Amino acid sequence: MNDATTQPSSGAPYLRIADLTKKFGDFTALKDISLEVFEGEFVCFLGPSGCGKTTLLRAIAGLDIQTYGKVEQGGKDVSVLPPAERDFGIVFQSYALFPNLSIRKNIAYGLENQKLAKVAIDNRVQELLDLVGLSDQGEKYPAQLSGGQQQRVALARAIAISPGLLLLDEPLSALDAKVRVMLRHEIKELQRKLGVTTVMVTHDQEEALTMADRIVVMNDGVIEQVGSPEEIYNTPATRFVADFIGTMNFVPAQSSRKGEITIGSTTLNCDLATGSGNLIAAIRPEDIQVGSGHQNSFTAIVESMEFLGAFVRAELSSVSLGDARLLADFSANVVRGEQLAKGIELPVSLPGESIRLYAQ
Amino acid sequence: MHTSQLDKVVKPKSSRDDRQMLMFMIVIASYLVFALALPLYTILSKSFKNNDGDFVGLGNYVEYFNTPALVYSIQNSLTISLITTVISVSIAFMLAYGLNRSCMPFKGTFKAIAMIPILVPSLLPGIALIYLFGKQGMIRWLLFGHDIYGPIGIVISEVFFTLPHALIIIMTALSIADARLYEAADSLRTSKLKIFFTVTLPGARYGLISAAFVVFTLTITDFGAPKVIGGGYNVLATDIYKQVIGQQNFEMGAVVSLILLLPAAVAFMVDRIVQRKQVALLSARAVALEPKPSTVFDRAMLGYSILISIFILGILGTCQYAALIKFYPYDLTMGLSNYQFDLMDGGGWDSYFNSLELGAWTAVIGTTVVFLGAFMVEKGKGFKQGRNIFQFLAMLPMAVPGLVLGLAYIFFFNAPNNPFHFIYHTMAILVVSTVVHFYTVSHLTAITALKQMDKEFESVGASLKAPFYKTFTKITVPVCLPAILDISIYLFVNAMTTVSAVVFLYGPHTALASVAVLNMDDAGDIAPAAAMGMMIFYTNAGVRIVHGLLSRGVLKKTQAWRAR
Ligand SMILES: Nc1ncnc2c1ncn2[C@@H]1O[C@H](COP(=O)(O)OP(=O)(O)OP(=O)(O)O)[C@@H](O)[C@H]1O
Ligand SMILES: [Mg+2]
Repeated sequence: MNDATTQPSSGAPYLRIADLTKKFGDFTALKDISLEVFEGEFVCFLGPSGCGKTTLLRAIAGLDIQTYGKVEQGGKDVSVLPPAERDFGIVFQSYALFPNLSIRKNIAYGLENQKLAKVAIDNRVQELLDLVGLSDQGEKYPAQLSGGQQQRVALARAIAISPGLLLLDEPLSALDAKVRVMLRHEIKELQRKLGVTTVMVTHDQEEALTMADRIVVMNDGVIEQVGSPEEIYNTPATRFVADFIGTMNFVPAQSSRKGEITIGSTTLNCDLATGSGNLIAAIRPEDIQVGSGHQNSFTAIVESMEFLGAFVRAELSSVSLGDARLLADFSANVVRGEQLAKGIELPVSLPGESIRLYAQ
Repeated sequence: MHTSQLDKVVKPKSSRDDRQMLMFMIVIASYLVFALALPLYTILSKSFKNNDGDFVGLGNYVEYFNTPALVYSIQNSLTISLITTVISVSIAFMLAYGLNRSCMPFKGTFKAIAMIPILVPSLLPGIALIYLFGKQGMIRWLLFGHDIYGPIGIVISEVFFTLPHALIIIMTALSIADARLYEAADSLRTSKLKIFFTVTLPGARYGLISAAFVVFTLTITDFGAPKVIGGGYNVLATDIYKQVIGQQNFEMGAVVSLILLLPAAVAFMVDRIVQRKQVALLSARAVALEPKPSTVFDRAMLGYSILISIFILGILGTCQYAALIKFYPYDLTMGLSNYQFDLMDGGGWDSYFNSLELGAWTAVIGTTVVFLGAFMVEKGKGFKQGRNIFQFLAMLPMAVPGLVLGLAYIFFFNAPNNPFHFIYHTMAILVVSTVVHFYTVSHLTAITALKQMDKEFESVGASLKAPFYKTFTKITVPVCLPAILDISIYLFVNAMTTVSAVVFLYGPHTALASVAVLNMDDAGDIAPAAAMGMMIFYTNAGVRIVHGLLSRGVLKKTQAWRAR
């Protein structure tokens, strides 16, 4: 389950984490993590609070070195190296901008340690200021900038030394929603332009789904699934991932024959069924369809409806499914066409290829 | 999931920064070992030996407890300290309550006046009391025939001396009150008196306990007040002095020191526990309380604050008056004859300049050592055990009375086989001892400031390949500058006023102003003693003001970033 389900086929991984375990005293924060990140990739660590995302990021950076296991970067074993001897730039949630230095000085901080000529430093700083859209803010101090601007400075400071690896720990979580969405695109754009391998920690699934090339879903110190946003969303590997990403209906089911499951008194076709007994069947609300023409259809009653703008989320019940209730998303067109309202009976179907199965 | 074949614990490679920081920490820790731990060990072992250095077990202690005159001092010390604690904490609580919960005018002035005692040696109030209530005192009728020399004088002096310390602690405790508790009580129509006893007092309880222990410790370890105004009333602190300076009985001095160490150490530990609880209370704070105007209450508090201010300014004014009068009470003409210190025993004007020198060195060296030490301990990596030992060493001075430290230094540094023997009787030993004596509060100030900084500055610095000393000098020091300035003024002021440790350590060429006050008073030159005491006050007050202006200037320049 630790293995990536897909890997971009660009040769050897740039970052390789092997059997990494991190303990804080008796508490094991990371259990036997293995992961590969490829050159130029944008990878997100996604998971609930306390699952170990930051711990893993800090192990990669060498800020809190793992208890067991190995970290390789660019083909070199960096497992035991202190941060100063690794090659990365980092942005923290707090930004950690130096409050007593001007923006320009903040960005120049790392360049000054590279024995560059002053002119070269000045030029590079200006280039970076332009890059993050703060061309004329260089003389200000961090406290005089907005949150979003501070974030950009932190980013510019981190990439100034052209690191091989960019690490971002919840870089957007301190910002308000509008700025966050805007910066998502900016960061992604910047990353593409620079081609820098990037690992970002977030607990915001929307952020991960929109920005990442691949997502690493973590829970309780282990990796649940690694995959592209589409894979993670469409074929969640575990019940945890299915529950954590997006909305999912979970219904108890039995499978007594290959290709078939039974929910309540209804038997449905299901591609994944192997006849392995008691299961949990899962289906996303938007996969539930109206109409009787399809396979796997039955009659349901609309128990309640919730207007969510572009679509309506209806809660359905059906005697033929036993006690189970299902959430289903219908577009405004369907609502109008079928004249959906609370209490109405309608035929619905659960497409067999959209039903996922998990052990109970 | 395969369990790995690499199941070997990763041993992080230490970076050059880590090693350098560790080295700094070890150097400073060694300083604390040589200037604190080893001398304390020496005094402990001395108390089990006789005059010839033979081990006598508890012999000295048996002798001590069989000498009624000495044992009586324990009782006296406890009595004085308990009475002072009750009075000082009560007065401070009421003043803090007024400053915090009333809308009286001139709060800033009252607070500033209440801080004055910090700027003078603890000998000074005693001298004022002699002029006010002594044999020919100006208002001695107020005592209705009682004698100022003895417990009464000591207690009044100690209250004066401890008031600012109690006030600071209690004000902090009161300022963290949650306004919502008061609103709730108000809405239930609880009477003001009941609110006071059910909300205010319990809310400030940790502050009160903490203040009580600090006052108790300060009093029981203070030596200035009982020396000047104690008369024949012996306490532990004066016993140490008499045994060592008077009778040259160093072993008995060591025994009394260790007995004095006991209550101070207990008080210190209780205070640490209580402080930790208060911090928990502090972080859970909610809505700040805004006092509402109330004519009667505000006027009562104003009257009370004026009274306390008169007490403090009265003591100070009396000293100044005493210093300027030619020969009280026979020749009341004003003049500066009492300032001709060179004509008296005690070290003359040189002692004053020595004190300035000590203050300057202590401030510069002490601030550097303390802040560097705090930084290495707080930001260093690995070597956890070593860092814990460092923390312990840094907290220890708080529990060690100055007299004990001074005596320990005699034992340790005066031993002929000690390689550091050469610093004995020099300015260096005075600086070393004073820095150690006031280490704890400075260290805590530095640690607090460092903890308030973003904890990722060092991580960012490392990721940008900046060596730790670059981040330290370019970021940490400028950001912590206010705290650094606070530490330096604290060390300077205390170096100017302290008597207890240095009284054992000054040499023929390193007499100090505070010790001169003691010695001139001892020799009966009370007016010059008052004059020298006031010199210390004016110096400290002046330095404080300059420090205030300077730090405002420096802050304006270097901390432009603080303004939004
Ligand atoms: N220094 C530490 N000492 C002890 N336990 C720690 C330490 N750092 C983290 N932990 C524990 O390890 C677990 C993982 O922490 P981590 O900070 O990696 O979580 P996270 O996934 O980043 O969560 P969040 O989204 O809240 O930032 C948590 O249970 C945390 O309490
Ligand atoms: Mg985190």
